[in-house]
Amino acid sequence: MSQPIKAKHQRLVLVLVALAALIGAGLLAAWALRSQASFFYLPAEMAANPPEVGRAVRLGGMVEVGSIQREADGVTIRFVITDGKARVPVRFTGIVPDLFKENSGAVAEGKRGPDGTFVADNLLAKHDEKYVPREMKDMTAGQARAAVEETK
Amino acid sequence: MIATLGLAALWLAAALALLQLLGGALALRAKGNPLVAALRPVAMIQGMLASLAMICLIVLFCQTDLSVALVATNSHSAKPLLYKFAGSWGNHEGSMLLWVAVMAAAGGVVAWVERRLPERTILATLGAQAFVSLGFYAFLLFASNPFTRLDPAAPEGQGLNPLLQDPGLAFHPPTLYIGYVGLSVAFSFAVGALLTREVSPTFARAMRPWVLGAWIFLTLGILFGSYWAYYELGWGGWWFWDPVENASLMPWLAATALLHSVSVLAARNALRAWTVMLGVVAFSMSMVGTFLVRSGILVSVHAFAVDPTRGQFILALLAINIGAALAVFGLRAASVTEGERFTLTSREGALVFNNVMLTGALGIVLIGTLYPLIAETVGARVSVGPPYFNPATAIFVLPMLVVMAIGPLLRWRRDSMKRISPLLLVPALLALCGLAFGISRGIGVLPLLGVALASGLVVASVTPLWGRKLRTVKLPLWGMVTAHLGVALALGGMASDSAFTKEKLVAARPGDTIAVGPWSLTFTKVKPIAGSNWTAIEATLEAGYDGGKPITLKPQARAFWSPPQGTNESALATRWNGQLYAVLGEQAEDGRWQLRLWWKPFVTLIWLGGMLVALGGLLALFGRVASDLRRLIAVDKIAYRRRRQGP
Repeated sequence: MSQPIKAKHQRLVLVLVALAALIGAGLLAAWALRSQASFFYLPAEMAANPPEVGRAVRLGGMVEVGSIQREADGVTIRFVITDGKARVPVRFTGIVPDLFKENSGAVAEGKRGPDGTFVADNLLAKHDEKYVPREMKDMTAGQARAAVEETK
Repeated sequence: MIATLGLAALWLAAALALLQLLGGALALRAKGNPLVAALRPVAMIQGMLASLAMICLIVLFCQTDLSVALVATNSHSAKPLLYKFAGSWGNHEGSMLLWVAVMAAAGGVVAWVERRLPERTILATLGAQAFVSLGFYAFLLFASNPFTRLDPAAPEGQGLNPLLQDPGLAFHPPTLYIGYVGLSVAFSFAVGALLTREVSPTFARAMRPWVLGAWIFLTLGILFGSYWAYYELGWGGWWFWDPVENASLMPWLAATALLHSVSVLAARNALRAWTVMLGVVAFSMSMVGTFLVRSGILVSVHAFAVDPTRGQFILALLAINIGAALAVFGLRAASVTEGERFTLTSREGALVFNNVMLTGALGIVLIGTLYPLIAETVGARVSVGPPYFNPATAIFVLPMLVVMAIGPLLRWRRDSMKRISPLLLVPALLALCGLAFGISRGIGVLPLLGVALASGLVVASVTPLWGRKLRTVKLPLWGMVTAHLGVALALGGMASDSAFTKEKLVAARPGDTIAVGPWSLTFTKVKPIAGSNWTAIEATLEAGYDGGKPITLKPQARAFWSPPQGTNESALATRWNGQLYAVLGEQAEDGRWQLRLWWKPFVTLIWLGGMLVALGGLLALFGRVASDLRRLIAVDKIAYRRRRQGP
């Protein structure tokens, strides 16, 4: 290898390399966030402006009364999430959270299928006052209560 | 009585912290001020008082003293003693008190033992430590007093979140907090050294044990947390890129970078300003983490507080501390002279690469964690998960791991690749084998790179021992080799888990047989059982590996009655080559039970590797402290002899 680089230059080179890496990280993050961040939808928003099929999003609202149905395989359930304005059918395969029940808030993580059914990979239910999914906390204040009233 | 004592101790400690700050400020100017002379004892007593306050809170929780509001809202007389004890920090106020107690105790230890640096630098360091502590004392005393009384006392406590009722609670928060707060010492050292213009190898050697110690605890805290989430949540995952997990990962990344740069400063007197900067960044990340977790802007198992004023308080503290530190850095960075030079192909060059890549990964995690919060202020509700974090961090971490194979073989200052390339032949071949194996199994790109790198690194990490007499190898080198080997194993575990996991979700009746991967499970029965504050349904599964002798697994679905909530207790069967993971769900109308099963080959390597990383840190710490002690004793002996021979 060559002689050690001159003192003045070395510091500059190091600073430039570090800056380049950090700016690179920033740009990469910005680009990746645009394509990978998953947006939160309420049923009305999903009906008005549906996300593209196959994109990971989250859907939150109340589980409609009488909508939970279990399929023959014993592990898949279908239900409807509503905010009083629109209804979105959801399919979920897995073990449902303990506090998932009708007429209670839930957030489904997953993708919209081609037939309009939302296919959830994960369900979050309202646990207790201390542990509520963030979106649902806002909802209990506003839409959720209205939604409960309307779906009664 | 005990509550009053705790509160009094806390106020006294806060007053002493104020005194300590004043003394530290005076030490920069006046000499011989009596306050300056008293600074070390003040710091030690402050540490003891804050620890006493924490002990008082623990006693209150163990006695379930329901006249204390915090105990009444977070504990319950029927709770097992371990959770009464650990529950004292399983809530917002208690965890902040633990934070302050650890911070004050760490400052006390610095005051007690640290004698290498010029006295002014130490006093300035203690002053900086007091400055940070004061903010947290104010936060505790004015916005989250753990000793608030209830009159009349509550008839019964409200209990602890069942997800937290696990032995993990006894270990995970304290280890993580000791790690977080240990970095405050590095922060204070950095500020003290900047203020007194003492950025030197001696400074690096004084700071290094603290960085190492904090880093070991952070590593252990993250490991405990990850394993706890893995078996407690019943989702079969060990890392979710949850903001709260990221809050612990960010200080770890910064501390890892600091650990490596402080070695360069100690050994070669280079990377001076950068090391000081990292010292500031590492603790800033701890505070960002605390802000994220404690402010209530995130809602998760970890976020106990939902009082917005608290968030504002922590945010203000964060801004003041980081702002002040950066201002000091800005004013004094120009006076930190350039360190020794080196070529790119040298140990220093490799460590710079490590630092830049770790900082890049830190940036990726920070941006991904804060983005949803920023997006929310403009009305978009967004969550960022593995599809972002996995590839974006891999871009920085994987090249760094390649350099991790090479760097330890390079000499300081300047070296050539030609000299070390024969040593890299075996690791390179192994990496190629790993790559070929991965391709033959058709696994995804990231796991493929992980398998290949891990195969090469297992050998490359121990190559620095090649050609040395093992008996003469010093402890810090053993530490580095062990930690790097741990990284290789953990990487292998992660890659194997994501590439080869087999999952099965079924509805089954007792008597049914289910196959998952090489396992064959027979579902024999379900029965109700009860614990001290819960009841449960327990399934019995007889699991046989590849036709071998069956092992019994008993996953439970538990129902707690205070607060009313359920948890799924998973059951695990561990073999040398992986883990079988079983979760019991609910019963369908037709009487079948939901069962979720995973076979995770080599998943245990993640935590085994992680433990090796921590062990490596411990070996290095022992080595450093032992040689420091030897030097100290030698200096003392010389001084003693001089005194005896003196006139």
